[in-house]
Amino acid sequence: MTELTLPASLQGIEPVRSIRTPARLDYTFTAPAATTEFLRGIAQGIITGSKCPTCHKVYVPIRGVCPTDATPMHERVEVVDTGIVTTFCVVNVQFYGQAVEVPYVCATVLLDGADMGLFGMVAGMPADQVRMGMRVRAAWADEPSTSLESIKHWEPTGEPDADYETYKQHL
Amino acid sequence: MSDQDLLRAPLVIEYPFTRTVGPVQSAFLTGLREGFVVGVRRSDGTVMVPPVEYDPTTADELTELVEVGSAGVVTTWAWESKPDARQPLDRPFAWALIRLDGADTPMLHVVDAVSPDAISAGTRVRIRWAEEREGSITDIACFELEESA
Repeated sequence: MTELTLPASLQGIEPVRSIRTPARLDYTFTAPAATTEFLRGIAQGIITGSKCPTCHKVYVPIRGVCPTDATPMHERVEVVDTGIVTTFCVVNVQFYGQAVEVPYVCATVLLDGADMGLFGMVAGMPADQVRMGMRVRAAWADEPSTSLESIKHWEPTGEPDADYETYKQHL
Repeated sequence: MSDQDLLRAPLVIEYPFTRTVGPVQSAFLTGLREGFVVGVRRSDGTVMVPPVEYDPTTADELTELVEVGSAGVVTTWAWESKPDARQPLDRPFAWALIRLDGADTPMLHVVDAVSPDAISAGTRVRIRWAEEREGSITDIACFELEESA
């Protein structure tokens, strides 16, 4: 590239090299009816699922329609707040806006009585000791609200791990 | 369940991009940080502000950066009567194209005019600099009417 001629006022001055150009979108998210019902349960400390009349699977959180059969689901099932870690990921990389310090563990938790896993964080133990089949329970916030943050994380119960054969169909 | 019973919550998606500016935009932004405005001389001798890398007519590479004035004239404008929180001023203002003294093209910025009656094409305005400047177009806080000094 050809050399630039700068005005005298800019010569010998440390140049600006970059600019911040954040892109931001402000939405108001409206929860669907099924999610609203699920979150109102969470605010009471209750985890609710919906049961499909066709395949008899229990979905947590509630869904209006079974994604497998397209059958509307009207039956509600209260599930417990204990379950097992099916799959998980140890996060070691920091990124902008990260809410927690690394390393931390994101996991799919299959609640007892449910057929679909719930996404959450596993804490209360070293990240490198989390494993598939580990039994966990919900650590509730002191004042649950209509937010999934009402479950701060999932922590180990200390019970023996579940056998792989018992949950492999839920992976 | 009626629509009124559905839960609603704010959802913000934000990407913190930073980009490099290249030597020509750098000269403009460095000038703003230092408190003056830089343009570029085109192949026909006229001056464009803000500066561009290539001549819009001939596509020649442009290399001569020049300082222009910090005051100029409104060429056209539009009144913003209800500014939102992301806009430069928290009170009604004018969006305006302003041709700075020594420049041949106008640039877009805002004019802190008290009412649409106070501004017209031909109104003289000058830069009100931001107190803290970092090399950004917002280093120009706004333009103000020259006669209101």
